[in-house]
Amino acid sequence: MNEFDYVRPTTLAEAVAAAATPGAAYLAAGTNLLDLMKGGIVRPSKLVDVTRLPGLDRIEKLADGSLRIGAMVRNADLAHDAAFAKDFPAIAEALLSGASAQLRNAATVGGNLLQRTRCGYFYDAASRCNKRAPGSGCDARGGDNRLHAILGWSEGCIATHPSDLCVPLVALDAMVEIEGSKGRREIALETLHRLPGTTPERESVLEPGELIVAVRLPASARAFAAHSRYLKVRERTSYAFAIVSAAAGLVIERGTIRQARLALGGVAPKPWRAQAAEAQLAGSAAAPGAFGRAAQAALAEAKPSGDNAFKIELAQRLIVRALTLAAQGTPERIPALPASPFSSPAGAPHV
Amino acid sequence: MNLSIGLTINGERRDIVLDDPRITLLDLLRERLQLTGTKKGCDRGQCGACTILVDGRRINSCLALAVSHDGAEILTIEGLAQGDHLHPVQAAFIAHDGLQCGFCTPGQIMSAIGLINEGQAGGDPERIREGMSGNLCRCGAYAGITEAVLDAQKVLSNTKTERAA
Repeated sequence: MNEFDYVRPTTLAEAVAAAATPGAAYLAAGTNLLDLMKGGIVRPSKLVDVTRLPGLDRIEKLADGSLRIGAMVRNADLAHDAAFAKDFPAIAEALLSGASAQLRNAATVGGNLLQRTRCGYFYDAASRCNKRAPGSGCDARGGDNRLHAILGWSEGCIATHPSDLCVPLVALDAMVEIEGSKGRREIALETLHRLPGTTPERESVLEPGELIVAVRLPASARAFAAHSRYLKVRERTSYAFAIVSAAAGLVIERGTIRQARLALGGVAPKPWRAQAAEAQLAGSAAAPGAFGRAAQAALAEAKPSGDNAFKIELAQRLIVRALTLAAQGTPERIPALPASPFSSPAGAPHV
Repeated sequence: MNLSIGLTINGERRDIVLDDPRITLLDLLRERLQLTGTKKGCDRGQCGACTILVDGRRINSCLALAVSHDGAEILTIEGLAQGDHLHPVQAAFIAHDGLQCGFCTPGQIMSAIGLINEGQAGGDPERIREGMSGNLCRCGAYAGITEAVLDAQKVLSNTKTERAA
């Protein structure tokens, strides 16, 4: 790990000022950053510790009914907040399907949004990687790429965004509050992450020194609480990143879908909202035919970036499964194996 | 760059001067304070051997900068037994053969205490396995570990009930 200066500001203004120096990075729990620093993949000259900033660790309901989650709220605290899990069950399930209990106790909401890809070539300093060393090439193309992107990728980068949390958040129209030297701004989570194009090193629209201070869920996102699921296919049942994941939310009236939300994880360089599929579902009967058509619409633009054509079929099947389970109703309690297709109620079809 | 921090480690208040902000809680415990019960496995948050409790919560000490935890209360494997009297989770690991080589055991035990404190698993072995998935055991003692956690949980909840009575 490279040497760095360490500062622990006590106000937001001090933090933003401290992070204005080139080479500075914000430190929250550090569960991803320290890992990257130990591998020499990122080498910040200064760490600005934001874990003690006041007011960023609260979950609060605002006057307009929206829910504001401070960026320093720990993943485990959010998932186990009973009121939160009742209103946003797919988000709680996604959180509990991510990482391990130890990591969830430390990792923060803001950090989760900005975590880096888990592409093995990005983590291997001896490999060529346009994200780590712009212009050096991409060893993932033609390499071990069966888990890489099938949507939104470019010739320069085929890495995926690894977050579980972001998938239901983007499905539910989450907003991101950002503090910078020019003050506060807010953007839709869907616009936070950039597609790689020819500049895969630029992963988000954040300007240098900007800090995520909160995530907000609109009051309308609660409408999906009765029919919400997050499902995740992994190479082991727990403590693994998604090969493909899906967040599904439905509003059903007398067997007809009034509103639908669908987003995918593990398939693209950003959490992938499937709006074409949502439009397909709205007005349809909550039945297998509609779920299959939605799955096809969601993957219509998909193409393999290597040995990963199977992920297209897998994503379609997972979407059908997630929509089927969502239509059956949100379970009373999050399953013993959160988001696992092996943990669903008896009688559900296997993926 | 000298940084002064205060930690309460296994009940004892320690004032510590760090000569480098890169020191993790794990390296601080093992290399500076000679508390080598906490193990360094992968050093990257993947194996759980370094699990300790910080302010009552289990975390991977390899991915935690010591300087960022100024003021924290730390519990490690060394802080569990009272003299020769083992903590119920330690005793349960022995009773149920929840180990073979023992390298992952301090992390397993600290993680199990964290899990029991969290109160989410109840008596469901599937929830215990899921809750313990952040601790790898290369010897494959998982069956014994699950039984040990189930048993220790019962013992601890009985103790709580007796105290309340």
